[in-house]
Amino acid sequence: MSAAAEPTPGPRPARPPALLGVPLGVGFLLPALALVTLFLLVPFAWIVAVSFTNQSLLGGQAQFVGLANYARMFDQATWLPGGMGYSLVITGVFVLGSLAGQVGLGLLLALLFFRRRGVWREVVFTLVTLCWILPDVPIAFGWLSFLDRDFGLLNAVLGALHLGRPDWTLDHPLTAIILFNIWRGTAFSMLLFSAALEGIPPSYLEVASVSGARFTQQLRDIILPSIQAQLLSALVLITIWTFNTFGPFLITGGGPLNKTDIVAIHTYRVAFKFGDWGLGTSIAMVVMLLNLVLTGAYLLASRRGARDARA
Amino acid sequence: MRGRDVAARLGFVFVTAVLAALFALPTLWLLTAPFNARATLETAWPQPPTLSNFRQVLANHDAVTGLLNSALQATGSMLLTTAVAALAAYALSRARIPGARVFTALLLMFSSVIGGTVAMVPIYNIILKMGLIDTQLGVILVMSGGLLPTAIFLLLDFVNGLPRSYEESAAVCGARPWQYLPQVIVPLIRPGLMVVGVWAFVGVWGSFLTPYILLRSNRNLPASVQAYQFYNDNGQPVLTLVSAYSFLYVLPVLLLYLWVNWKYGFRFFGGIKG
Repeated sequence: MSAAAEPTPGPRPARPPALLGVPLGVGFLLPALALVTLFLLVPFAWIVAVSFTNQSLLGGQAQFVGLANYARMFDQATWLPGGMGYSLVITGVFVLGSLAGQVGLGLLLALLFFRRRGVWREVVFTLVTLCWILPDVPIAFGWLSFLDRDFGLLNAVLGALHLGRPDWTLDHPLTAIILFNIWRGTAFSMLLFSAALEGIPPSYLEVASVSGARFTQQLRDIILPSIQAQLLSALVLITIWTFNTFGPFLITGGGPLNKTDIVAIHTYRVAFKFGDWGLGTSIAMVVMLLNLVLTGAYLLASRRGARDARA
Repeated sequence: MRGRDVAARLGFVFVTAVLAALFALPTLWLLTAPFNARATLETAWPQPPTLSNFRQVLANHDAVTGLLNSALQATGSMLLTTAVAALAAYALSRARIPGARVFTALLLMFSSVIGGTVAMVPIYNIILKMGLIDTQLGVILVMSGGLLPTAIFLLLDFVNGLPRSYEESAAVCGARPWQYLPQVIVPLIRPGLMVVGVWAFVGVWGSFLTPYILLRSNRNLPASVQAYQFYNDNGQPVLTLVSAYSFLYVLPVLLLYLWVNWKYGFRFFGGIKG
């Protein structure tokens, strides 16, 4: 991001005097600093500290327990339903499924409406965007009806096509919340990719068409390389959002039999239902570290990609 | 060649229509059930359409309070976030505070990593220590704290885009530095303030987890949590009331979105989510 501010050669012009003195500037920053410190930085420090204690919701004297919480998180039962390891595996499937669906569908929609204007584009884009911005709770009720085994619209359609009438929330709960999350988040990649596609110079694609390149070749050699940066941002942001989303709780509540116990729901259950804050915060620590590692890896990849593109 | 064009056109219409249907189908029930006095989980045209579900919901005291609480929390957080972010963005853009740029970038990364359930454990504890559990103020403060890094980041773009000559001419006319922001800058960045304001309002209006954890009593709960009181003794939702309530709860966001889309065009501002 800061790479744009490259130093210009030659003598630098004298910097104009600051419009706002430092004391007044700091004064303007104080309310933001107070809120951010209280509700972002202190919680962060608190998570780190409490993850090494046996603090509980009921209060009482917390004791330093070292890495015991982390050991408890990955105890023998961890890969069984309800354990942290099990939850991580489920979350991995949930994130990968959502990523594939959101990026794939978003790219498909952006490509279908590439260089098209008109009412139909407005209708489809508005529809997809509304699925993204409308509040969780009413959307969840809509989906409970949609997925219902006997009366749901999904099974009505599948039944009409002779594709069976599965009980989605009971027999395929993980598939159900992945579908829900894809449906919910596709708008973001669709909007991001259509903005990026607009930036491709028309002459590139015209030259490719004239020289007889098929669509798949154009996609591989021109379109995908041109939107590489946006693809990477979509991957990073969707991964972090999907990791932290609590929305599926409203559809399956983490069940049945912990089959949809993604880490956000797992953390909620341990911390607020069982009142085990020591274990809850150490889970939170692991999730934060995973998020940081993923973000770091993607950012490194994007910097390497940018360097290769320049070379 | 013409035949191929027609086929391509038909293929496009078919594929986009199927995709549009996939996105529309899960919301149809929210449009039909509220007007059906005998609503089930089935998506069916109401015969005959009626407003009786809405009458019942609006006669429920807690339900109406829930909608008012949502409005209060969303408006409060919107005003607080926009005002505090405007002050901060202006200071970051115009005063030379060492390390300010790195600090903003770090906060932005932090706020996306410490999202959701992870932060709720310590935040519950902080709000408890401040004596603000089960208060609207507690929810407003927590939501604003979470929204601020992104709000500052979005507004910074708008302030940085303004030439310094506006303030310099104001100075020539005798304005003091603390007058620049309210009298010169705010009118100029109004579109940015609108974007941030609408974004904050919609975010808080739809929030479930924060109020669910920080609030206790019926008179404080917002609509997102109150929607779960329409359950009968068997733990089954009363679908006529749930759907009508959902409809009323969705309406403000829907209208706000359509208005913003019509007025400004809903798209990406500066390449980041708007």
